[in-house]
Amino acid sequence: MSADTTTPAKVPPPRQAPPPLPVAKRPARDRSSAGTPWLLLAPCLLILALVMGYPLVRLVTLSFQKFGQSQLWGFQPAESVGFDNFAGVLGDGEFWAVVVRTIVFAAGCVIFTMVAGMLIALLLQRVSGWVKTLVNIALVASWGMPIIVATTVFKWLFDADYGILNAILSKLPGVDLVGHNWFASGPQGLAVIMLLVVWGAVPFVVITLSAGLTQVPAELEEAARLDGAGAWGVFRYVTLPILKPIIVMLTTLSVIWDMGVFPQVFVMRNGHPEAEFQLLTTYSYDRAFVVNDYAQGSAIALLTVLLLLGVVAVYMRQMLKIGEVE
Amino acid sequence: MSSMSTVTVRGRSRLGWNLLGLLVFVIAGFPVYWMLNTAFKPAKDAIDPDPSLLPTGITFSNFSRALDIADFWGPVGRSLIVSVSVVAIGIVIGLLAALAISRFAFRGRKIVIVGILAVQMVPLVAMIIPVFLLLNDLGQYDKLSGLILTYLTFILPFTVWTLRGFIVNIPKELEEAAMVDGCSRTSAFIRVVFPLLAPGMVATSVYAFIQAWNEYLYALMLLSQENQTATVWLGNFTTKHGTEYAPMMAGSTMMAVPIVVLFLLVQRKMAAGLTAGAVKG
Repeated sequence: MSADTTTPAKVPPPRQAPPPLPVAKRPARDRSSAGTPWLLLAPCLLILALVMGYPLVRLVTLSFQKFGQSQLWGFQPAESVGFDNFAGVLGDGEFWAVVVRTIVFAAGCVIFTMVAGMLIALLLQRVSGWVKTLVNIALVASWGMPIIVATTVFKWLFDADYGILNAILSKLPGVDLVGHNWFASGPQGLAVIMLLVVWGAVPFVVITLSAGLTQVPAELEEAARLDGAGAWGVFRYVTLPILKPIIVMLTTLSVIWDMGVFPQVFVMRNGHPEAEFQLLTTYSYDRAFVVNDYAQGSAIALLTVLLLLGVVAVYMRQMLKIGEVE
Repeated sequence: MSSMSTVTVRGRSRLGWNLLGLLVFVIAGFPVYWMLNTAFKPAKDAIDPDPSLLPTGITFSNFSRALDIADFWGPVGRSLIVSVSVVAIGIVIGLLAALAISRFAFRGRKIVIVGILAVQMVPLVAMIIPVFLLLNDLGQYDKLSGLILTYLTFILPFTVWTLRGFIVNIPKELEEAAMVDGCSRTSAFIRVVFPLLAPGMVATSVYAFIQAWNEYLYALMLLSQENQTATVWLGNFTTKHGTEYAPMMAGSTMMAVPIVVLFLLVQRKMAAGLTAGAVKG
């Protein structure tokens, strides 16, 4: 809606800007600039068409073909099988278990990331300068950690025999986790992986929200407080609405990222995630590169992308809205 | 600063917040601390079932073990080649495209913007199968050039979008003033816009470098064992016989420290660029 109202307002200014230029020059400039943007875009679009467009098309066609080892090595041509792959995937109970697991996992990651991020951002407004600096250092360091390194470190923290976490937790009264294997069960292991994802994702959220919080006018909060709003009221009716565009953007981005979690699971499980650990990404990978059914793997990947489409649409609308205003 | 009567109340509640803040600091920082702690620990202390939280002495033997376990500099060199090439190509091509969508009004501009945004949203993992088949067909499997090409799928949309953000924050009037003074469009860009854009370009390059450096899945899938890159190298510490954790943490430290330092340098600039656009919406 707001995109429609801003568009007409945005178009005129560039038209008004040229008048100071000599009138005779204008048509020439307009004509030359008609092709220029496409010329500038050409290399970018060409590369994207090759490494993104073509594979995307191939992903779709693959998922309607029979494509295994013999097609990969060219012994047999890939033949079309219609919706067989999809029927195979959708008819498999395991697939649905994976879908549910992925959604629960991603939802948990997003909710914990956003809530923790918001709480820490609000906390940072209330602490002394030196505490803020310390927290920021820790956040940026964990944000900057390569995912593979972070995963490796978490694997070590949660190691059954020598992990520091079991040792610390076992010191608590009534807790005995000596030798406890966190990855013996899927839900527990995925909870650890969720913690890893959240730990890595919170800094970006905190830093972005902190920057957003500085834009909330202090007078507005003051006015709400004078009108009798408590801390929650000020947050709910003043801070939150102003931060909404940032929150929508962060949430949608988080959903997209957390639905695509792969290396964390893959490396945690030493390259062979057990059935209980499979998410859509690893499941698709498994189908393609372990079972060597590239077609079904593609079908699963395609279904994942379709599942994300709604979220992506919300994100894009938000980004375009931002793009309109500038 | 505040009046005397409220100072103690405020001081007390601030103490509470500070303690909470310190707790966040400890939790968020602990994994990094423990990585460093283990890396510099004598290997036998690392497999103590009741480990000491404080450093137990400093040794570099884990680092030399990490360097021994598998060739380290080869993977690092390959990662450097890949990341630097990707950034160089991505930044030049990305800048041209960013200029087109931020400084020109043309038919189809919006579609291009939507396309570039959309491309960024496709999960890389979903693309691995067709990309693998594509490189297989092109004879680029197990070649660094193939990996460089595929990394452009995520680096290009990123550089285009980020540079666009930096460009739109440079007032168009500056360029127009230069053009009124007789500059051509190109020289107006080179003399006026480019100097203002340079810091943003540096930050974008560094950030893109980090992304390329950290990539794991494609590096694992598209290169064989003897061509592995730095991220994949870290997997060498786990074998059938178990994991050598102390050297692995030393390896992790070697991987992480340069990246975290680079990240610290550009993080502020990148976050500022991102939110400057977001708050306007």
